[in-house]
Amino acid sequence: MTATFVGMPAFPTAAREKLADSQLRGNLARATGTIRAKRAAAVAEVPEWESLRLAGAAVKDRALHDLDRQLVRLEASLTARGATVHWARDAADANAIVVDVARAHDADEVVKVKSMVTQEIGLNEALEAEGIAAWETDLAELIVQLGDDLPSHILVPAIHRNRAEIREIFDRRMADVGRPAPDGLTDDPAALAEAAREHLREKFLRSTMAVSGANFAVAETGTLVVVESEGNGRMCLTLPKVLVSVVGIEKVVPTWAELDPLLRLLPRSSTGERMNPYTSMWTGVIPGDGPQEVHVVLLDNGRTRALADEVGRQALRCIRCSACLNVCPVYERTGGHAYGSVYPGPIGAILNPLLRGTGDAQTDSLPYASTLCGACFEACPVRIDIPSVLVDLRAQVVDGHRGDAVPKPEAAAMSAVSWVFGRPRRLAAAERVSGLATRLARRLPGPAAAWTDARDLPTPPRESFRAWWRRTGGGG
Amino acid sequence: MSAREEILGRVRRALDGVTADPTPVPAPSGARPEDLIGHFVERVTDYRATAIVVAADQVPAAIETALAGRTPIVPAGLAWPVGGISDTGQSAAELDAVEAVVTGAALGIAETGTLVLDHGPGQGRRALSLVPDVHICVVRADQVVADVSDAIALLDPDRPQTWISGPSATSDIELDRVEGVHGPRQLHVIVVVPCPESDNPLL
Amino acid sequence: MREIGGMKVALQVTCLNDALFPGTGIAVVRLLHRLGVDVDFPEAQTCCGQPMVNTGYLDEAVPAVRAFVSAFEGYDAIVTPSGSCAGSARHQHALVAKRSGDPGLARVVAETSPRTYELSEFLVDVLGVTDVGAYFPHRVTYHPTCHSLRMLGVGDRPRRLLEQVRGLRLVDLPHADECCGFGGTFAVKNADTSIAMGADKAHHVRSTGAEVLVAGDNSCLMHIGGLLSRQRSGVRVLHLAEVLASQ
Repeated sequence: MTATFVGMPAFPTAAREKLADSQLRGNLARATGTIRAKRAAAVAEVPEWESLRLAGAAVKDRALHDLDRQLVRLEASLTARGATVHWARDAADANAIVVDVARAHDADEVVKVKSMVTQEIGLNEALEAEGIAAWETDLAELIVQLGDDLPSHILVPAIHRNRAEIREIFDRRMADVGRPAPDGLTDDPAALAEAAREHLREKFLRSTMAVSGANFAVAETGTLVVVESEGNGRMCLTLPKVLVSVVGIEKVVPTWAELDPLLRLLPRSSTGERMNPYTSMWTGVIPGDGPQEVHVVLLDNGRTRALADEVGRQALRCIRCSACLNVCPVYERTGGHAYGSVYPGPIGAILNPLLRGTGDAQTDSLPYASTLCGACFEACPVRIDIPSVLVDLRAQVVDGHRGDAVPKPEAAAMSAVSWVFGRPRRLAAAERVSGLATRLARRLPGPAAAWTDARDLPTPPRESFRAWWRRTGGGG
Repeated sequence: MSAREEILGRVRRALDGVTADPTPVPAPSGARPEDLIGHFVERVTDYRATAIVVAADQVPAAIETALAGRTPIVPAGLAWPVGGISDTGQSAAELDAVEAVVTGAALGIAETGTLVLDHGPGQGRRALSLVPDVHICVVRADQVVADVSDAIALLDPDRPQTWISGPSATSDIELDRVEGVHGPRQLHVIVVVPCPESDNPLL
Repeated sequence: MREIGGMKVALQVTCLNDALFPGTGIAVVRLLHRLGVDVDFPEAQTCCGQPMVNTGYLDEAVPAVRAFVSAFEGYDAIVTPSGSCAGSARHQHALVAKRSGDPGLARVVAETSPRTYELSEFLVDVLGVTDVGAYFPHRVTYHPTCHSLRMLGVGDRPRRLLEQVRGLRLVDLPHADECCGFGGTFAVKNADTSIAMGADKAHHVRSTGAEVLVAGDNSCLMHIGGLLSRQRSGVRVLHLAEVLASQ
């Protein structure tokens, strides 16, 4: 059984439920607090950080603004080095390609490197439906998979789980799918990591096929890059005979040399380390070393829709570091599940509507899941101006309803406010009426009750500033 | 229409009116530590790997010490004499029974405490430095560069590369770093400086 | 008049202060008078348009932006006691003008936007003062609102002003640069999350033992103050302008 994000409620409803979970609030506050401090220290060590951010953004923009030619070049480089390149319009295309490769090799299981894109397309479920087991090998993904759970963070999908919960999941579930957890397993993180090592090693040693994503794909050389910590990535990329890498078309980096700023930005932004433990780079098939059959699936799945959005296309610069999640005050309190997608947090609040388009209630609620505080923009290593994209997407949500026969109450209110703000005389009149009203009512009716449920209203003044100025000429 | 043509068509339509920048983006220059080797050793050690600096003639003894009685697999072309198992194309399962591996490196990066293997002579195919639980990596002092930029400029993208910064680790449990998951749980780095009065970097 | 000579200075009081916190506007007027600035209040002003823009109603923001530029066109400096509204004028008016399709509006916006200053910016950068001759004998903590901090980058200007206030004891606010959870319509649309954030902010404020919480935006103060008041905390909230105007 696999959990799914399908049918999730809109953000405010999902958030309310999560806010009530004090265990979750505690786990998240602790984890995000730890990683924020680590990131801040790692970034403070680099005097050229701001120029690096500019360079990182420029590299990604250069690739995105020339994407058709870069993709063709990537394809040519890969093909020249013995890789087979596939193109996938959407999730169904991509999943079918991976299933076909597995079938061609009679593989009934694959080992997987942690990859956002294969979660996005629901690859595990697609493989499962064809009788092919997909084993997640990243520790956090393993925790999520064994717990029949959903990921709640880009980097650490099990961030919502604490060590005691993880111990319980390992103890209960590992035996069902392979080597059981050792007797007397404790919740010491080192012991839990050891249990994962033992559990997964038999799968690494016997699997004939692996599936990965890629952090970067260099058009000039055909080099794919996977950045990781545990070594599960190296296992998957090295030991099986067949490797399929599913790569979103926005992962292209034009030249080898332009990897430089990205490799300096990503680890410090992501885990707060100077460098992640392992980075693997490979170019097609390497004779006598590693997989001798290499496939690369270039995936659209909404990316060209995002690319067509003038304001939103900068979201495709994202290198999935998750710094924006870790600094987000909303994410810290609601966790990732409330966003209803494998891409949670501030980047998810823009990426999901950009990839899917606005129009359904859940997606339309995401651009509003932010106070526009700007902490995400400040932390983003490739300078994605998330607040500006959020505001632009809110306008798209509103514009999508302009043709509604019956306007939403909010739209009617905004029209009224707009009318009032169009003329100072109307505003002065409105102030006289509302001043009186707030003096009479200490608890607001209708949607505004959401304010007075937990917050007192300020004591209303006797006269507006405007009235004071009129009365005193500014000298009163 | 093929998926390829359809996607490329969508990309072109999305980029209608956008001008591409033909010039590669230069990255700002990185760290320039004064004591390159000292910096490298400090940064490697920060990852809870061990790092020592030895004169060329002391390398075999240093490897011996790091091995602590384990028998390593030794890739062809290693510049230092080490007794052990030769690489004869052992399977992953066979490598799993090997206790240790001794390799050279393509270069080291001081700022990040990183070793880069490009799996050339003396470094072996990728599985060798992955499956055994102890990795002893010997890098010459003249192979250590200051920062990532210097490494990118020297490395050949046609070669497979493994960048190694400390032992295998995870932060997946409460974002607390724990060493030792799937890759080698011990990393011992030996930095080789030339013997005094020798012109040969290997001696 | 001071070295700003013949500079024409206007107060953009903001719609919120106009209706609910006139004391803040009056404080700005008195403070600037004391510093020798003859500030004007163009009565044609209404709102900067941010409530509409940030909720996605760009068309609805056009009349407000038109009112803004027609009120403030021709002034050398537009001073506002709100980081948020200054941010709106500086960073969002161009967007609204573009949406209106009116190149005339875009032209005037290009003039008014860069001349709009948040109060602490105007005092420190334009007038060049940090000691405004204020006296406020209280234990104070300061919340640097997000738009002041990150949209405008006012940096330590408000703190430098507060540090010069006689009698004032400034205590550090833990997690100061974290958002309070107000966020305009967020406070109502995502009320539960907003309150959870605000409750944490109120907790940090109370942990300082301060008598007064000061910030440069009454919108955030209304939210945090609403929680502090409901909690019967005894902590007052006060706009920076009112502290600086005190004598």
